[in-house]
Amino acid sequence: MTNSLTLLVSALGSGAVEVVDLTQTLREDSPTIVLPPEFGASAPVRIERISRYDANGPAWYWNNLSFGEHTGTHFDAPVHWFTGRDLPLNTVDTLPVADMIAPACVIDCSAESADPDFLLTIAHVEAWEAKHGRIPARSWVLMRTDWSKRQGAAYANLRDDGAHTPGPDAAVMRWLVDERGILGFGTETIGTDAGQGGHLTPPYPAHHYLHGAGSYGLQCLAALDRLPPTGAVILAAPLKVHEGSGSPLRVLALIPKEG
Amino acid sequence: MAPLQPPRRKDPLKRTPLPLLPPGQRSRAAHHLTAAAAEGRFALPRCAACGTFHFPVREACPDCLSARIEMVEAPEGATVLSQTTAEVPADNYFRERAPWRVGLVKMDAGPTALVHLHPEGIAGSRVRLVLMLDRAEQAVLYAGPEQKGADPMTDPQWREMTADPLHRRVLITDARSFAAPALVKALVEAGAREVRLGLPEAWKPFAAGKLTALPGVSVVPLDLGSERSVADHARDYGGKTEIVINTADHMRPGGALGGSITATRDAMEAVVFGPMRLAQALAPAMIGRGADGPTGAAAWVNLLSVHALAPSPALAGWSAAQAAALAWSHSLRADLAQGGVKLLNLFCGPTDSDWFQTWPQPRVGGSAVATAAVSGLKRGLEEMFVGDVAKDIQARLAANPKAVEREMRQG
Repeated sequence: MTNSLTLLVSALGSGAVEVVDLTQTLREDSPTIVLPPEFGASAPVRIERISRYDANGPAWYWNNLSFGEHTGTHFDAPVHWFTGRDLPLNTVDTLPVADMIAPACVIDCSAESADPDFLLTIAHVEAWEAKHGRIPARSWVLMRTDWSKRQGAAYANLRDDGAHTPGPDAAVMRWLVDERGILGFGTETIGTDAGQGGHLTPPYPAHHYLHGAGSYGLQCLAALDRLPPTGAVILAAPLKVHEGSGSPLRVLALIPKEG
Repeated sequence: MAPLQPPRRKDPLKRTPLPLLPPGQRSRAAHHLTAAAAEGRFALPRCAACGTFHFPVREACPDCLSARIEMVEAPEGATVLSQTTAEVPADNYFRERAPWRVGLVKMDAGPTALVHLHPEGIAGSRVRLVLMLDRAEQAVLYAGPEQKGADPMTDPQWREMTADPLHRRVLITDARSFAAPALVKALVEAGAREVRLGLPEAWKPFAAGKLTALPGVSVVPLDLGSERSVADHARDYGGKTEIVINTADHMRPGGALGGSITATRDAMEAVVFGPMRLAQALAPAMIGRGADGPTGAAAWVNLLSVHALAPSPALAGWSAAQAAALAWSHSLRADLAQGGVKLLNLFCGPTDSDWFQTWPQPRVGGSAVATAAVSGLKRGLEEMFVGDVAKDIQARLAANPKAVEREMRQG
C-alpha cells in the first residue's frame, strides 16, 4: 500500500529527500541577545555535569541544563512581543502543531550581508519572486546571510552603539505579513530583527509585525546555504513550555536531493 | 642579600616538593595575635589593670595576675639581645629552608621574645618588629631593619611568609572589572612574571587598550559560570598560576522585598558559585605547588564588599551574596592552608563600578584596590579594608554591630 508517508519514508531512505540540520550547537559560549544591563537579561546556556561514569553515577552520564527561552537556535512565539499578547494560541505550548511543519522560501542575501547593516527590502523580495514565484501563504521566509558561519565576536558583532547584523527593514516585514501571509521569518543572526532594528520605525519591526499577526520567528539558524530557494520543508517544534514565549529547538529541513 | 632572580624552568626529572608547614598549634588566646597579624597591625597583649605588655598571650597578667588582658597597638621597636642561625633544624619545614636565623629581642614595649630575624640583625642592633602570619597561618614575630620602608623582600625568611607578586604568575578572574586595569599595572610594576586577564563572554567587545602591551600581560577566555571554560583554563594554567585575584562581581541594587531574585541569583553565581568552580579546578594544583620554590603558589585574593560584613538594605540580595562569598572564603582558606597558600579578602566600600554611580564619594577606585592588593600580598595579610567607607564600617562594627545594622538603613 502506498500513501504520502510511505512515499516520504522511501524518499528519505533512498536519499531522494535529504534532511538538513539548520541548528547551531547549544553551547555555554553561545552569544545571546544583549540588552542594556538595567533590563533583565537572558540566562546563558549552562551545562552542568551531574555524573560521568564517576562517583556521582558510576555507569551513567548526564547533565543539568539551563538556558533562557531565547538562547541558541530558537523559536519566537507570538506572545514574545506585546503586539501578539492577546492572540489565541500564542504560546509555544498552545500553538498549532500543524504549523511546526511548513514550506520555506529562502532569500539569498549572503552577498549583500557582507555589509553588517544590510537591510532586506520589499524590492529585494520582489526581485526574488520574479525569479522563484510568489511567496505562498503560510510558508516560512528564511533570510540567508551566511552569518552563521561566523564565530564569537564576529557573529555577535557588537560595537559601542549596539549590534550590527543584517535583518529586514520595517516595510518588508509589514508587507510579508499583510500581503503574503507568511507563517514566520527566520534568520541566521541573533534575532529576527537587524542588530540595529531597535532604531527602525516601529522599533524591532520583525518582532512587531510578525507576532502582531500571530506569525513566528526563528533565529540563530545555520546551513541556510544548503537550502534551495523553494521546495524545502521546515520542521520546527519548540519545547512545550508552559506559557512559554519561545524555546531553543532542533530545526530540520527536508530538501529534494539535487540532480 | 641579592634580589630574587626569576625562577629557572623546572627539572622534569625532579619531584615537586610537597608543601610542609611550620608547627601550627596555638592556644585559643594566642589567636588574638592572629587577628592583628591578619590585618597587619602590631598589637600586643597588655594588662588592663597594670598596663604591662607581655608576650606571648597569657591567660592572666604575669605581673599582677589580673585576667583583664586587652590587645593594644604597641611600639614596634626592639633591640636584638642575641642571634643564632639554625643550620640543621630538627623540624622538616625549617630543615628544607635552612639556614634559618632567629634571635632574642627586647621589645621597646617591654617583653622579650624569640623572633625570626632578618639577615643583618646582630646582637645590639635595632630592629622593627612585624607581627605576621607564617605558612601555617599562625602569628609570629619577624624582626626587620629598623628604618621604616626598608624592603625586606630580599630576605627569604620574609618572602616565605608573604605572597610577593615578584616573578609570580597572576590570574585576574574578570578582565571587565573596574579594578582590572589598575591591578594589571600594579602587578606588572611589582614584577609579576605573567598577568592573565580572564575574559568572560569573549564574544562581547573588550578593549584591552594598552594593557596587553605590558610585559607578560595577556587576555584569555574564562567564564567562571561555565564548568567547561573553567576546566579548560585549569588544564592549561593549573600548574602555572601562583596568585589568583578574584574580581568577579555582579552588583544590582534592590531591597529584601523589592529586589530582583534573578539579580540576586546572578550575584550568587558571580561571587560564590563562579569562584567555587574556579577554586575546585585550580586550587588543588596551587596547594600542591605551595612549596614549589621561592615563587611557588602563594595566594588567592578576593575582591569583596564591606557589605559582606554589614549588609545594606538597599543592596539586600547583593549583600547576601557578598556574605556568602565571605563565608565560603573562610572554608577555602582552610583548604588552601594545607599548601601554605594564603587567602586575602579585600573589603571595599562603594566602588567606581557603574552600579555605584549615584553613591556618594568617597568611592573606591581601581588604583586603591590595586595598591591594597599588592601591599597585602607583599605583607602576607588575610584581611584589608579598602577606602574610608570600609574602614569606617570596620571600626563601627567593632564598637557596636547593632548600631551598624540600624545605620545601614540610611544607606
